[in-house]
Amino acid sequence: MIKAILIFNNHGKPRLSKFYEHYSEDTEQQIIRETFHLVSKRDENVCNFLEGGMLIGGSDYRLIYRHYATLYFVFCVDSSESELGILDLIQVFVETLDKCFENVCELDLIFHVDKVHNILAEMVMGGMVLETNMNEIITQVDSQNKMEKSEQSP
Amino acid sequence: MALKIVKGSIDRMFDKNLQDLVRGIRNHKEDEAKYISTCIDEIKQELKQDNIAVKANAVCKLTYLQMLGYDVSWAAFNIVEVMSSSKFTYKRIGYLAASQCFHESTDVIMLTTNQIRKDLSSPNQYDTGVALTGLSCFVTPDLARDLANDIMTLMSHTKPYIRKKAVLIMYKVFLKYPESLRPAFPRLKEKLEDPDPGVQSAAVNVICELARRNPKNYLSLAPLFFKLMTSSTNNWVLIKIIKLFGALTPLEPRLGKKLIEPLTNLIHSTSAMSLLYECVNTVIAVLISLSSGMPNHSASIQLCVQKLRILIEDSDQNLKYLGLLAMSKILKTHPKSVQSHKDLILQCLDDKDESIRLRALDLLYGMVSKKNLMEIVKKLMLHVDKAEGTTYRDELLTKIIDICSQSNYQYITNFEWYISILVELTRLEGTRHGHLIASQMLDVAIRVKAIRVFAVAQMATLLDNAHLMTGNVQRKGICEVLYAAAWICGEFSEHLENPMQTLEAMLRPKVATLPGHIQAVYVQNAAKLFATLLKNQEGNTDRTAAQETSQLMIDRLPLFVQSANLEVQERASCILQLVKYIQKLQQKDVEVAEEVIALFAGELNPVAPKAQKKVPVPEGLDLDAWINEPPSESESEDEQPKAIFAKEEPKHSRARHTEVDEKELAKRREARKQEQANNPFYIKASPSSQKVYQEAPGVEHIPVVQIDLSVPLKVPGLPMSDQYVKLEEERRQKERVEKKKKEKKKRKEKRGGRGKKHDSGPESEEDITPAHMVDIVTEEMPENALPSDDDDKDPNDPHKALDIDLDKPLADSEKLPVRSHRAAEALKSPAEDGDAESPASQEPKKKSSKEKREKKKDKDGDRKKSKDDKKKKKKHKREEKGEDLFGGQADEPVVQSEEISEVAAPPASNAAEVSDLDFWLSNAPVPSNAQEAATLAAEAAPVPEKASGTAPDSEPDEPEETDKKSSKHKKKKQKREKEEKEKKKKKKHHHHHHHSDGGGEESVQNGTVEEEEPLPPMSNYCLLAENSYIKMEIDIQGNLQDGSQVVVSVIFENKCDNFLKTMEFNVLDSLNSKLQRPEGSGPHDGLSVPFQLPPGVSNEARFVFTMQSIVMPQKLKGTLTFIIKNEDSSTHEKLDFKLHFTCSSYLITTPCYSDAFAKLLESGDLKCSSVRLEGVNMPFHHLLARICFHHHFSVVERIDSCASMYSRSIQGHHVCLLVKTSGQTVSIDAKCDEPTLLGNVLDEIKQTFSQC
Repeated sequence: MIKAILIFNNHGKPRLSKFYEHYSEDTEQQIIRETFHLVSKRDENVCNFLEGGMLIGGSDYRLIYRHYATLYFVFCVDSSESELGILDLIQVFVETLDKCFENVCELDLIFHVDKVHNILAEMVMGGMVLETNMNEIITQVDSQNKMEKSEQSP
Repeated sequence: MALKIVKGSIDRMFDKNLQDLVRGIRNHKEDEAKYISTCIDEIKQELKQDNIAVKANAVCKLTYLQMLGYDVSWAAFNIVEVMSSSKFTYKRIGYLAASQCFHESTDVIMLTTNQIRKDLSSPNQYDTGVALTGLSCFVTPDLARDLANDIMTLMSHTKPYIRKKAVLIMYKVFLKYPESLRPAFPRLKEKLEDPDPGVQSAAVNVICELARRNPKNYLSLAPLFFKLMTSSTNNWVLIKIIKLFGALTPLEPRLGKKLIEPLTNLIHSTSAMSLLYECVNTVIAVLISLSSGMPNHSASIQLCVQKLRILIEDSDQNLKYLGLLAMSKILKTHPKSVQSHKDLILQCLDDKDESIRLRALDLLYGMVSKKNLMEIVKKLMLHVDKAEGTTYRDELLTKIIDICSQSNYQYITNFEWYISILVELTRLEGTRHGHLIASQMLDVAIRVKAIRVFAVAQMATLLDNAHLMTGNVQRKGICEVLYAAAWICGEFSEHLENPMQTLEAMLRPKVATLPGHIQAVYVQNAAKLFATLLKNQEGNTDRTAAQETSQLMIDRLPLFVQSANLEVQERASCILQLVKYIQKLQQKDVEVAEEVIALFAGELNPVAPKAQKKVPVPEGLDLDAWINEPPSESESEDEQPKAIFAKEEPKHSRARHTEVDEKELAKRREARKQEQANNPFYIKASPSSQKVYQEAPGVEHIPVVQIDLSVPLKVPGLPMSDQYVKLEEERRQKERVEKKKKEKKKRKEKRGGRGKKHDSGPESEEDITPAHMVDIVTEEMPENALPSDDDDKDPNDPHKALDIDLDKPLADSEKLPVRSHRAAEALKSPAEDGDAESPASQEPKKKSSKEKREKKKDKDGDRKKSKDDKKKKKKHKREEKGEDLFGGQADEPVVQSEEISEVAAPPASNAAEVSDLDFWLSNAPVPSNAQEAATLAAEAAPVPEKASGTAPDSEPDEPEETDKKSSKHKKKKQKREKEEKEKKKKKKHHHHHHHSDGGGEESVQNGTVEEEEPLPPMSNYCLLAENSYIKMEIDIQGNLQDGSQVVVSVIFENKCDNFLKTMEFNVLDSLNSKLQRPEGSGPHDGLSVPFQLPPGVSNEARFVFTMQSIVMPQKLKGTLTFIIKNEDSSTHEKLDFKLHFTCSSYLITTPCYSDAFAKLLESGDLKCSSVRLEGVNMPFHHLLARICFHHHFSVVERIDSCASMYSRSIQGHHVCLLVKTSGQTVSIDAKCDEPTLLGNVLDEIKQTFSQC
């Protein structure tokens, strides 16, 4: 199970937060801060897994993250997920964003967080991986966007 | 109306959308909060409008603000409004907002049920999809109950997009509404074979998640998953399945055996690292589950370790990390194979990556031995000094303590060294583990009696230098250590060198700055010290010393009497009065020391942490019953006395680690340097040699080898643990030399020549004798402690509710609730319409179309129902046949028969039974391709073929047990082939001959299929005595902790219809063996059995016997007396029995590695004996299992029909067996250092096999 998916930038500003378990807004902010603190002090060429988030999870949970340019993509998962699998999933997520936004950059995420949520919803649902095939994800996202457009035009 | 719409759209033009909001926030960096609060005001205005577009826009902005940490729950109702918009665009916004901020206690969720149901059945798949996605985030028990049936219908939707979402969300539904699991499960299982890979993956996902928590309920799905594993190419699915198997194998070792081959193949073939890693992980899990039974999997272990080494050596840090992680799993069961990579792991300790260092630390835990403990800890201590950041340093500290204290201090040979390590650790800056160190000090000092003198001296030094710990605010955590130090000095004050000085140290005014609970211990132990001092001083002729001590107490204690802490104050004033009284008596020249000492007489024994929980509740005691009338509510609210005491002992929960910036760090470092410079006790890098040792007076511990005491043992300042390392090395060196000398002598005595130097290798574990004879006191447990394993289960685990037997047929009452009004329609009953509950009034037009839709759905439901019924019937049928052991797997016969039908051999007729999991498992590894089907035929074929062991033409399909051999064989073959190439084609037929040769050999190996045969059930309990009232069965086990004790567990079973009570168990002691009776009872008193037996009930009691010699079997006569109580009378009855202690019952199953075993045999200390058993008609592994089970042996190594076994007696005799079988003859060659014991054990083994 995935417990949370967080995207924040190099300064810890949240760009997307998706918690699959309920926390109060304050706790969510604390978790984001703590996670940022843990992740940001790590060198570039160390491993992408780390334990020790106090607020989220427990011994069974670990943080799996990737750092792309100005953004950190962090998944908090339990032991039923494959570590390397989740790393691949993050890659798929980012590549999908890249396709949907055409050369994605932090600004896209800043101004279109709702779209990012919609894309994520096609990949992960309720903390479980729904789809890993990028083409399938893009097809579904595109046809939903088309529907949205058709609703707006008339 | 039209005007309103126009006005709305004009409004919208002026409204901010999400992008504007974000831009605005970015432009107001200085007063962000203020800006956002105006935005929220605007949003509130927007939400008040009727235009849904405006509302949706507002909700969209709120979702963003929620991410920034603003509470938006006040808009929950508006979110529901947007969710129920008919336009997909707005609906999606609404559901997204709901998924982000709704949770179980959001009350408006109640209002959404009908809306969600409507969306779920929408003709637009994306409406459904969005609803499912949203629901997955905020589903509540109510929603789950109301919607379970709708979602279940969606699992069979025509669109895979909906199916996969519906399947996935079922997991959430199960969690919230466990009753839905059983009715929904058959369909979920169907989805495992869905044509769409996405749906299949989702189903695998859900079942894996379920099975992870309650694996045993999903064991029956193993064949299906096995098929998926061998057929699927989707790595995600494979990973999940392989992980699932990892969870299942511990429950069913036979499954593991089946898995090893396909997993090994995957390991060899896959290029995906993630898959490879999970395969290795599961192979490890399999090996762990097998390790108890079959030892011969070294090839697989080697493969795993070798692959992991490659991972660890990889430059990719991720692989390195995972490699270490998996390595630590192997470590638990196969430490030897990991220990050979110690170099690699120590290297990882220096890695710059903290995650990797932590993993390497974990591994170290399992790699220590008596031999290398000091060396490893020394290395860790170096890291402690170097470590930056308190988190890692604290981790190191806990690891050091963990490593040293593991399995009851098993690896510590020198406790003085350990105490000095602990003392060194107290010098750590800002650690929050002072409490941990303190509890270790206490534990060691209490349980290792021999160390008390040394410990007390060290603690006294600590107390003397207490200012070092209390001076700095940052060092607060460490002052916990003083708690331990004060207690140890007080409790074992008789060992104190200079008690007066310590007493003074404990009564310094500075102590008053310590936390309350520590002060309390100080005060109490000052009193103990005082008592000891008085005793010493009263012996002297000069009485003034004693009076001075009293005066000191009287002078200093008032400080504590003023303490704000209740406990400190109470103890201090009490003791102060006592001392004043003593002083009065002293002035009258009365000797009081004895009486004062009596205050603190008696020794405290360590009590096991779980002891309290395990005290059995006496019969007839209901702890929940009120003793008095329950007090009224209001009364209980008033008094809360608990809080006062709760504060006394602050819980040392893991405080969140605080951030420290660079400046602060630098400051602290400076302070530390300063402190070190001023600290005369801080030991700098170069160890000063002036520390002089002298044997402390009254040292109780007896060094096994007289140590040359030129190296100081007692240090005036703090000790340096490194010196112990050196000392220890020297000691071991000496020992080794001595041993060599001895051995040389022996060899000389034996034979002059034949010098095979086998002692030049590294010394084995057993060779290292501890420096002190350490008597580790075991923790006390209450008598008749209830054995229970599930102490640690969390009762609040939501997954507990999902522990449901899925194979039982469905009962009618378990059907998922179908929407009530639908049922009413179907029955045409006048019950009220469910729609009345829906909040918004709906237009009549819509309603009619909705009804149509619902009717359609009804049909679906009916169809589904009839299907269910059919299934049920099927299940019932199977039940009647009496083979529903793992019933409810309608599709499995297909799986198997497919494979088997290719062979079209006799087993095809068995297809019906194939469905049985047992049968599936009892097969040898299922071949992963059709080519190997022939072997399957041979294996699945009935027994006679197996017995002949010559299945013709069988392809080389080695069962994993013979991996090692076969690989050897392959090598041979390759070699031969090479040779043949050299000789060219001349001898082609010869080559052929070789091949057929090989085939023949292999088929013999295939004969080991019999290994898979399940073992007959065995029980250790045998009948002791029986009459018409009671039956007694016993099991005798040696006590590992105490070489002279044997524990006899007796099961008493009440066979009559009356109550049995006052049972008394008595045995006539012999010279050699005695029943342990409680103190104070005579040698002929019986022990009362601590329970009564209602009719038909059985219970177990344990009795401990003390043995002097264990080389001979013993028989003891005994009697059980009891009272039979019926309604009006009670009669006394008795039952005589003979308790038979076999020599096997003195043996304890002890694992032994083959190299240690070989060394043992070579050592020449053992006497030989042998025995032959004729007419043993059972498979070899059964034979081994019997010896293991009944005679407490463990298999060291097994090669074909030959096995070496090992066991150890409670008094440390080694017993080695070499068991060989040919036909029905079994020969056992045995060696043991005690010939009488060996003879008796062999007789007993013979007995065992003559009985069957």
